[in-house]
Order: sequence, then C-alpha cells, then structure tokens
Amino acid sequence: MSAKKTVTSLALAGAVTTALASLAVAGPLTKAEVDAAVAAKKEKCFGIALKGQNDCAAGPGTTCQGTSTTDFQGNAWKFVAGGTCTSIDVPGGKKGSLKPI
Amino acid sequence: MRQPEPSADYAAQFAAALLTPERAAPAAVIGPRGNAAARRFNVYRNNVTVSLIESLIAIYPAVQRITGPDFFRAMARAHVRETPPNSPLLFDYGRDFPAFIAAYEHAQAMPFLPDVARLERAWLDAYHAADAAPLDAAALAAVPPERLAELRFAAHPATRIIRSNYAAVTIFSANRSDAPVARIDGSVAEDALITRPADDVVVRRLPPGGADFASRLIAGQPLGAAAGAAFGTAPDFDLATNIAGLIEAGAFTDIRFEDA
Repeated sequence: MSAKKTVTSLALAGAVTTALASLAVAGPLTKAEVDAAVAAKKEKCFGIALKGQNDCAAGPGTTCQGTSTTDFQGNAWKFVAGGTCTSIDVPGGKKGSLKPI
Repeated sequence: MRQPEPSADYAAQFAAALLTPERAAPAAVIGPRGNAAARRFNVYRNNVTVSLIESLIAIYPAVQRITGPDFFRAMARAHVRETPPNSPLLFDYGRDFPAFIAAYEHAQAMPFLPDVARLERAWLDAYHAADAAPLDAAALAAVPPERLAELRFAAHPATRIIRSNYAAVTIFSANRSDAPVARIDGSVAEDALITRPADDVVVRRLPPGGADFASRLIAGQPLGAAAGAAFGTAPDFDLATNIAGLIEAGAFTDIRFEDA
C-alpha cells in the first residue's frame, strides 16, 4: 500500500453521481428559476464565476491605437501611488503602497 | 541625389536605434533632399514604443488600474526596451511581462501583481483559444462505475489554471471593471480556473485542492489517481463539487480510457 491515498471505485461512483445530480436541471422550471438555481449553486460550490467583463477586449491591434503621448524618451518620473493598490492588504504590514523612490 | 538601397545593414541600424533613445538616428535615414531625418526617425520610434505600451495596457488592464497609469507606463516602457516583440501579432506580445513584474524593483511592494498579470494573460489566451464544444455531462453518466478510476479527460483548448499565494482572483475581478474597489485582504491564497465554453471567458475561484485536481486531469492523469492526489494535498477536498464544477465550467471536451 503506497503512502498516497487511494480513492475506491465506490467513492468515485458516489462522487460522480452527486456531481451529475447537481448538474442536472430538474423538472419544468422557468428560465429565471434555472438561472437563479445555477447562480446560487455556482457561488456555493465552485467559487464565483466572473464574466461579462471586458467582453470587447480582444486584445491589442483590434483598435486604432493613438500615438499622441510621448513615451519614447520620458524616464525621469517618480514611482508614486496612483492606482487601487492602496486598498489591497498584503502580509508584513505593507499596503502595497508605492513609495516614491 | 539617389537614396541608398535598403539593405540588411540598413535594417539592422534602423532596428538597433528603435528602442534605445540614447542612440542617434541612423545616418542612413535621410529625408527626400538627402539631409538628416532625426525628427522623422524620432516620430517613428516614439510610435513603436507607444504602440507596444498600449498593447500591454490592452492585455493587462487590471495591472494598470492597480498601479495607476503613470506607474504602469513607466514599468511597461522598461519592459518594452528590454524585451522587443518577436512576433508581428500584438495580442501575442507581453508574454514575459508577468515575470518582468515579479523582478521589477519598484513593484516589490505588490507581491500579488505578477499573479494578477498571469491571470490577465491567461484570460486573453483563453479568449483566443480554438472553439470547442464542452463535454456533455451525459457522457460521464454513461461510464460504468467500475471504470471511473481509469477515466481520462481531454482539456478544452481554452482551459487554464493559475495558482496564487495571494488573492489574485479577487484582485483581478475587482480591477477588471471601473467599479470602486473595496478593501481586499490580499493574503488569502486563491487559485483560478479560466474557461471559455462558448463566447465568454469565465474565471472561477477554485475550492481547496481544486487546482491540483484539475491540473492533473488536464495533464491526462486518470480520475482515480487525480482524486487520490487531491485528497492528499487538501484533506477537505470535495470530489463531487470539483467534478461538477469542472464539467459545468466547460473545462473538458471529451473522455477516454486509454493513455493518449
């Protein structure tokens, strides 16, 4: 017997049956009821699905990119906070804040 | 006066000065009357830098929102100079940006930032992955129980797993829109499953052991071995939830019994 845990066929079959049952849409529900049930289950069981954001972002090259800024030379700039990083807490007491260098 | 014929040497001179502002415009670049064309060349090389920075902004919008636009442009410019594109496809540019961020001295106060960038890269790769019909749950229902342990899954072309020691999924989702960002505890480790069952890319936070389990199935390991390993790494691993979640997310396209 190896140290690695083994999963019996019985346990596997039980898990798959449970999984399939949770996937099946039972009975004559309206679309709204189905959507609500699916959304609730998703959140409960498998994290929160994130979609509907950046649906238009096919990546660069898909829009006409402006060249009005001058980025070619500029380098003398202080690294100071400007974004949402200040609202993200990380270990060690740092707040992700960007201090001027 | 005749213009010099374009040559490999000409191209090499031209390219060498593109991303190096300290270098003078190549002598071979001249205007219509044969005089030096430094200003014209500067317009050109500015456009090169700006377009590559804009590419990184388009691929990594959450990273930009986290750092702010000025910080992002400075960081992106440093990356562009160090790593010019090796493909004409701009959506393919910036693959090395997450690793660059991880090593970038000014970004060290944001240890979650490389993982958020990896997540954004995976999002775009999933977006551009080939279309495929996700596995039908009925196919799984038809498998005889005694053969489940040897069952293997074929990953959908869009499926990606990103693991993080930080709250990369929460930070990613809060910053991929314009909505206000509430206080986030960045120290909670989160693993992401990225899928695109139809037209929309979907990012999910995986439950404990889920990333390990899904990665093994994606790599072609049989269900029994993958489940056993996941129980080993996460004692509270919930097999039924993970199977249901992966099927529902459209992570797979097919099942088989043989080793591919």
